[in-house]
Amino acid sequence: MPEAHTVSAYDDDLRFLARRLSEMGGIAERMVADAVAALVNADTASAQRVISEDLLLDDGEREIYDKAVLVIARRQPMASDLREIIGAIRIASDLERVGDLGKNIAKRVIAVHTMAQPRKLVRGLEHLAELALTQLKEVLDAFASRSPSLATSIRERDEEIDAIYTSLFRELLTYMMEDPRNITACTHLLFCAKNIERIGDHATNIAETVYYVATGEQPEGDRPKDDDTASMIAPAPGAA
Amino acid sequence: MSEAATQDAVNASVEQPVIKMRGTGVNVFYGDKQALFDVDLDVRQHSVTALIGPSGCGKSTFLRCLNRMNDTIDICKVTGEITLDSENIYAPMIDVVELRARVGMVFQKPNPFPKSIYENIVYGPRIHGQVSTRAEMDEIVEKSLIKAGLFNEVKDRLQEPGTGLSGGQQQRLCIARAIAVSPEVILMDEPCSALDPIATAKVEELIDELRVNYTIVIVTHSMQQAARVSQRTAMFHLGKLIEEGPTDKMFTKPDHKLTQDYITGRFG
Repeated sequence: MPEAHTVSAYDDDLRFLARRLSEMGGIAERMVADAVAALVNADTASAQRVISEDLLLDDGEREIYDKAVLVIARRQPMASDLREIIGAIRIASDLERVGDLGKNIAKRVIAVHTMAQPRKLVRGLEHLAELALTQLKEVLDAFASRSPSLATSIRERDEEIDAIYTSLFRELLTYMMEDPRNITACTHLLFCAKNIERIGDHATNIAETVYYVATGEQPEGDRPKDDDTASMIAPAPGAA
Repeated sequence: MSEAATQDAVNASVEQPVIKMRGTGVNVFYGDKQALFDVDLDVRQHSVTALIGPSGCGKSTFLRCLNRMNDTIDICKVTGEITLDSENIYAPMIDVVELRARVGMVFQKPNPFPKSIYENIVYGPRIHGQVSTRAEMDEIVEKSLIKAGLFNEVKDRLQEPGTGLSGGQQQRLCIARAIAVSPEVILMDEPCSALDPIATAKVEELIDELRVNYTIVIVTHSMQQAARVSQRTAMFHLGKLIEEGPTDKMFTKPDHKLTQDYITGRFG
């Protein structure tokens, strides 16, 4: 944070927002990691814990909203302070959504494991989740250091997650075609993969917010994308 | 004119604003003490320019140079050039009384003359020889009060003393008085600092309306007010112009650290 305000309580307000956000970031990270681990290890108890943790993020988001509105009303923030507060509101929303997506993965753990499921596919998911978690962790670092260059590099890396998601999507389709008994588990895994891919998008959103908070400018150009699943069609049986 | 041509005209006026007043290398000395250092600042026509900065930064000094109010201070010396419609207002043949009719001023504290509301308005036009008949005077009183948004509140008591009005009404009376002589530029030195929030809002609304016909330069200590009423903002510090630019940019991402620190309340 730059130089102190003449009114020191103003700094306390801004510090509260930053601290609460980094707490939310930590919880969101842990929820996603635990949800994916629960999926891999068929650990329903752990999945249940993740589901109950989501409340913490909902509370965090509400607290940040309340505080931000109060600070705006009380101090009429300008320039970098104003961006900081608007940024906190946006990042809190993204983190809350990340928590929802983690919770949704945890909810699917039970359904996925009532069926026999291909080990290899869960591995693929694990790799996707590692990438998304790295993005999330780094974007929280970028926020802590208000680093526009780090934010930019994170934004550019979202493409990688999209590419792996696309290949996972294709693989899951193939498994479903091979044996209809895979369909239930694979459909759930598909949603899990989509959730993780969305977590990557939220990390990218946060990166863009960090860039704006730090520089006062929107990052230039479209974000790179490599998600082709919207137009993907399963090959007709026997065509290959 | 075709639509495209109209659009071109609009673009041209956006790209090349008319400079109503221009300060070039302005230095001001009060005796040995220098109060302004080499200030270059343009004032655009039909827009509101806000001058901001901490106390003693030179913003009021610069404002007072724009209609040679500093001439009234013996030890004050101004160098450099200030033009009004490209004409140097410090040139020897300039009639200062006429200049102040073209560049009017509204002060921090409402200062109506101890006369009737009516007399407050006609005083200026009369001494400048702009009105002589009763009908002309009635007309200018009504027009000025309407423009200042005060007419409906005072139309039934024009002969009552101006000093009997509320603070906010007095300030709008002073604005009406300034408008009465048909100035081109209106200088305002913290016009709302002695007013309550409602009176302030009325004056701010008025400033926004006046901008269409006049050019306004305002000194204000309220960042929010500068952000609300002006199109351009100039930041002063220790007698120097630090930064000047579009108001929207100055209050969201100023270029200079001093500006950033000042508007966010991190000064000194």
